Amino acid sequence: MPDISVVLPSILQPLAGGQSVLTAPADGPVTVAKLLDSITADFAVLARRLRDETGALRRFVNVYVDGDEVRRLQGLDTEVAPGQEVLVIQSVAGG
Amino acid sequence: MVGMATQGSFVLAVGTKKGLWLATSPDRREWSFTGPHFLMSEIPSIGIDTREGRTRIMVGVRNEHWGPTVAHSDDLGATWSEPEQGAITFPEDTGAALERIWQIYPDAESRPGVVWAGAEPISVWKSTDGGEHFELNRGLWDHPHRSDWGAGYGGAAAHSIVVHPQGETVHVAMSTGGVYRSLDGGTSWEARNKGISAYFMPDPNPEFGQCVHKIAADAAVDGRLYAQNHHGVYRTDDNAESWTSIAEGLPADFGFVMLTHPRREGTAWVVPLKADGERIPPNGELAVHRTDDAGGSWRRLDNGLPRGEYNSVLRDAASVDPAEPAGVYFGTRGGTVYASADEGETFTEVASHLPDVLCVRAAVVAGA
Repeated sequence: MPDISVVLPSILQPLAGGQSVLTAPADGPVTVAKLLDSITADFAVLARRLRDETGALRRFVNVYVDGDEVRRLQGLDTEVAPGQEVLVIQSVAGG
Repeated sequence: MVGMATQGSFVLAVGTKKGLWLATSPDRREWSFTGPHFLMSEIPSIGIDTREGRTRIMVGVRNEHWGPTVAHSDDLGATWSEPEQGAITFPEDTGAALERIWQIYPDAESRPGVVWAGAEPISVWKSTDGGEHFELNRGLWDHPHRSDWGAGYGGAAAHSIVVHPQGETVHVAMSTGGVYRSLDGGTSWEARNKGISAYFMPDPNPEFGQCVHKIAADAAVDGRLYAQNHHGVYRTDDNAESWTSIAEGLPADFGFVMLTHPRREGTAWVVPLKADGERIPPNGELAVHRTDDAGGSWRRLDNGLPRGEYNSVLRDAASVDPAEPAGVYFGTRGGTVYASADEGETFTEVASHLPDVLCVRAAVVAGA
């Protein structure tokens, strides 16, 4: 089964067992929400860093699918197909 | 371990906008600091639990990117633990998400393991396992007033929790909403703000809606509490049925801090700020004020404090320790921390140039 890979920023990698890329098996398009469910299934703290308990993406966490930030697409309902690149990047925030 | 902590020495925890600093001292005069812990996360709440022969430091952590969480350390900050599923998470049916933990309050000696928390959105939580998992207090969450509670500048939060050490009485203060009291351990709640002004509302004496900044209990007198309000300093002697002003004698009735003595009747400390519109120490002269007669009179304490200080002191950026005489500690938004080993008679600067100080807690180390 093909995979979808999600690239994590270095600051989150310790919460993913040191991995920089997490992969989820997919035989077709899945939503970003399902993709995040899948890659964080074994990493509960990582899951809480990305989304709050309502499932919403945290305000300053950005997820890019092939270079487009998902808030400009369909949010967490954006579909991702095997072979597409997904990046998690913290936005510029704070002071 | 931090410094050379031993049983009976002191620990001071300073939560800031960009991390936590910890210090230990054998005598409350020389402090050995470590930090920052949780660099780039704010630490708005700290609870130090010295019950059961163990010193557990619990911190509310909030990162701008990665959200809020609760962590704890049983070795004075050498290592930290964070429950996998989060210590405080809103149940799914509420549709709410935790924004910030404003208060972590270990209960009395007689209730080991019980820890309370106050949070934003306005909510109270209770743990029975030493702060590793908290349950939402449904009585307050489902209160019919909730939709009318508002947000102050810092957010809408339950920021003060006072639990009677023997009985079932719990007082909570929230901004804005005011004081709520439960007589049944938190099952049901009623607003208790009679006498506290809400000058910023059309009706300045509403049942609720006050912006009470901090409440604290008199350790020696049952039913007596003190409140620092958004303009106004008050005392109640009847378990919050009514409040009366004790602001006379203070240079200003605005401020955020309210501390009470760990044992002695009638002793409380405030840090006045000039006004709502000018949140600086009056004339830029930082001073703590202490009453020893339950607010009948106040004495200015500024020995060791600087002239020309234009930073405010936030509601939880002050603490007392349980020693004799009691230690008094506070930090400013300018990142300076002051400590007094003699109940405020003299202060010493123990840290400076830190990020904004949000929370200060001090304790005597147990089980080191």
